[in-house]
Amino acid sequence: MTTSAGHSEARSAGPHTLGKVRPHPSQNEALLFEKSSPGKRAYKLPPLDVPTVDAAKLLGAARRDTPGLLPELSEIEIIRHFTRLSTWNYAIDLGMYPLGSCTMKYNPRVNELVARIEGLAEAHPYRPESLAQGILEIFDLLQRCLLDITGMEAITLQPAAGAHGEFTGILLTRAWHESQGNPRKKILIPDSAHGTNPATAAIVGYSVENLKSNGDGGIDLEALARQVDGETAALMLTNPSTLGVFESQIHKIADILHAKGALLYMDGANMNALVGKVRPGDFGVDVMHLNLHKTFSTPHGGGGPGSGPVACKSFLEPFLPIPVLVRDQNGPKDCPDAGDWEDTNAEPTVDGCPPLFRAPILKPHGERVGDTELLPLHPFGGPLRWEYDRPQSVGRVRAFYGNTGMFIRALAYILANGPDGLRQTTEDAVLNANYIRKKLEDVYELPYKTASMHEVVFSDKRQAALGVKTGDIAKRLIDYGFHPYTVSFPLIVHGALMIEPTESESREELDLFIAAMRSIAREVEENPEIVKTAPHSTRVSRLDEVQAARKPILRWRPATE
Amino acid sequence: MRYLPKSDEERRQMLTEIGAKSIDDLFASIPAEYRLERDLTVPRQQAESEIVEYFRAAGQKNATDYASFLGAGAYRHYRPVIIDALVQRGEFLTSYTPYQAEITQGTLQAIFEFQTMIAELTGMDVANASMYDGSTGAAEAVMMAVRVTGRSKAVVATTVHPEYREVLATYAKHQGLPTSFVGYDPETGRVDLKALAAAVSEDTAAVLIQSPNFFGIIEDIPAIAEIAHAKGALLIVSIAEAVSLGIVRPPVEADIVAMEAQSFGVALSYGGPFCGVIAAKEQFVRQLPGRLAGQTVDGAGNRGFVLTLATREQHIRREKATSNICTNQALVALMATIFLAVYGKEGIRELAEHNLAKADYAAKTLTAHSGSKLRFSGAPRFHEFVLQTDEMPAAWSRRLLENKIVGGIELSRWYPELHNCTLWCATEVVKREQIDIAARVLAAQPVEA
Repeated sequence: MTTSAGHSEARSAGPHTLGKVRPHPSQNEALLFEKSSPGKRAYKLPPLDVPTVDAAKLLGAARRDTPGLLPELSEIEIIRHFTRLSTWNYAIDLGMYPLGSCTMKYNPRVNELVARIEGLAEAHPYRPESLAQGILEIFDLLQRCLLDITGMEAITLQPAAGAHGEFTGILLTRAWHESQGNPRKKILIPDSAHGTNPATAAIVGYSVENLKSNGDGGIDLEALARQVDGETAALMLTNPSTLGVFESQIHKIADILHAKGALLYMDGANMNALVGKVRPGDFGVDVMHLNLHKTFSTPHGGGGPGSGPVACKSFLEPFLPIPVLVRDQNGPKDCPDAGDWEDTNAEPTVDGCPPLFRAPILKPHGERVGDTELLPLHPFGGPLRWEYDRPQSVGRVRAFYGNTGMFIRALAYILANGPDGLRQTTEDAVLNANYIRKKLEDVYELPYKTASMHEVVFSDKRQAALGVKTGDIAKRLIDYGFHPYTVSFPLIVHGALMIEPTESESREELDLFIAAMRSIAREVEENPEIVKTAPHSTRVSRLDEVQAARKPILRWRPATE
Repeated sequence: MRYLPKSDEERRQMLTEIGAKSIDDLFASIPAEYRLERDLTVPRQQAESEIVEYFRAAGQKNATDYASFLGAGAYRHYRPVIIDALVQRGEFLTSYTPYQAEITQGTLQAIFEFQTMIAELTGMDVANASMYDGSTGAAEAVMMAVRVTGRSKAVVATTVHPEYREVLATYAKHQGLPTSFVGYDPETGRVDLKALAAAVSEDTAAVLIQSPNFFGIIEDIPAIAEIAHAKGALLIVSIAEAVSLGIVRPPVEADIVAMEAQSFGVALSYGGPFCGVIAAKEQFVRQLPGRLAGQTVDGAGNRGFVLTLATREQHIRREKATSNICTNQALVALMATIFLAVYGKEGIRELAEHNLAKADYAAKTLTAHSGSKLRFSGAPRFHEFVLQTDEMPAAWSRRLLENKIVGGIELSRWYPELHNCTLWCATEVVKREQIDIAARVLAAQPVEA
């Protein structure tokens, strides 16, 4: 640990930083529009190799006569503009980002490189399937990996984000109930759930019934048994819960639902606690979504893009959004390499072939090209294609097939880890959260003593008694060089501090975070004002959100003459 | 494990300090019968070099050296190099949604600039911070119109992208939102205005059209707006080809514009991630879905930006929110912002003119032989057109593929009445030579000149 108690005297207004940060100039930068001057250019088009056209003649009244007020700048100014803006952001690349529920883990750079490979990045979604087999093989391998990770039986990659995955999963639920004769009326949602869950249920036409947590913050089995009835379509459960607690009664929860014909939906936001250790499909989940931008390391990018694949049991498969990826079964039936895979402990495929990813690479007619390649692009069977003729499908949830760029990144992450790396990742994530819990539980109130998985939730009870709230402590963390934890969520904990370190933090970074949190707890007792007025080290201090909402200024406008 | 910053010794020490005997103690809350006692069936750990090789091979299998005339909602434009240079800065790439405004001013100011540019280009007053894509944006815009008007029906043009219409159908199904469709004039390919006037009633919340429409034809927005507004319905204009706004009059008569901004510097990437966005007239701002960045001041009077009007959103309003959207397409919106900064006020017009010229040349050249003609005429187009051929598309497209050209997409999969019709697109990246070769192959003439 590089910190020292000798540095603990705070500067009168500024922070003491325990050695993690020190101020340096950040440059001012106006809006693009304010920097613009007519005649500057950052582009040059090639000479037009076809005859020029008279736009006025071709378009007539549909021609634009007043251009939009876009800025006019040179390339260096644009580079400096966005580079300066970037320095005003905190990021995973700068340090620990312990936002509970958001899984801010390292975003590997090889993912960015492979997502930009020309044949993948430039592929048009309507190109003939025969020219898209490379990308479809990526879809297929990712689907297989995610199915094994979740223990589910069918999957769609189409949803664009977690909430979109919830929407898709509840659509499947509804379609299945309709096929059973009654769509049912309500969805049960625990009071600890993400806001997207009730918002999703409403969009799919269900009423939301709140399920109160028990004394441990988990599902109250008696309340559940009371509330589940013939009109309950599903329970939307986050497991581990937003408290970071695994529902150890999960099998009973599933049984209660299934006995009444209701389904168990799992919000996979917290899958980073489970990968390689336990599979939702094994503990009774019927349908779930994953967040590739959480568990599978695709970047959050300041708010998106995400990707929210939905995995389900086979009875929901007929309802998946169209199109569904299928492999033509006209490939080689008898695998010439059956028996070459004894070094693995995996099950053979139905044709007696070795599993796809262990197999030597084969040409379509079965010729063995080599055996050093462990990720063949030519597996057994025929080419992949999109199937649209699925009469029971819930329909499309978006145009095309999903956020392909995120699939490439997520698969690159899975390949970089392998089975041992994925399991170690989960173990480290849980280890880190428990380490923080152990090192902070004497200074921050732990409202639920239940065992923590990948995140730990404290409350501000002790600090609030001195007039300092969770939001203040969070802002003060900024001065110490950390992004705040998730503030005031889950709602069942008054004044929550929700901390998810992920596996990406070294012991040194964790120790610095712990030291910062302990130092802030001391400040709350000795000098609460410094916490209540934090942050002190940022370009801007706390911003006036009331004014922003009362008189919204949502765009720049030129000064009136 | 190269992504994990711990030695085994450190793990052991940490477990000791926690008071756990082994890592399994920390997973004790998982019932034993559910614990996975085997390795996951995923490929073994790969070296970085192997990962790059695998994806390179996949990319090569996708065949990169084809000329393409595909459009239909996904457009190939040149992407300035600085886009990827800037969005790969870790401070943008690895930052979260800017809820902590003091340390996310970079993202927030960029969103504010994006909102401004989209509002400027579309002729609307405000725009949000992005939606998943053009299709979900259009569906959310219709739901927004239902909230604004208190009415429950939608009238949709069949010239809206077929997959957008399918997405709308999925969203509308459980919202008690009946949708009726209005066809197109068989001569011009524009919305049939008489049928539209007949379909819009006092129950209609919104009329949804697309312009340029799915056939590449620019709709008569003022006339359509008049029909919608006469019955008190809102007009929603979906724009799938954003570059058109450089030269095509913006839909200022619309109440809501639902746009796909992929054309602004976003790679095709086999259909995603793209960048939807909803823009609207000022008075509807509180019914907008998604995030909004707003300008404000800090305690010292410095200008700053925050996410605002959050009381519309799911994390505050839960089941009463305007949408369930949370994660959006922020980094892709940043790409669009940089693209628009590069081209700027003059460049976007010049770029759009190049597209107009290429498509005009392509349409003339491809119809120069007697076996093919333009399907629609009499209304302005941007950079797409419908070609009708005597020969079946399956036959000539095989010949084109042999010459490394991907021709237009067959329309009969969505419009059975458009027999032997294909939708072609020529953006600025298509070369004259490629158009000439395509024309010769189409006419079954020898390619060697």
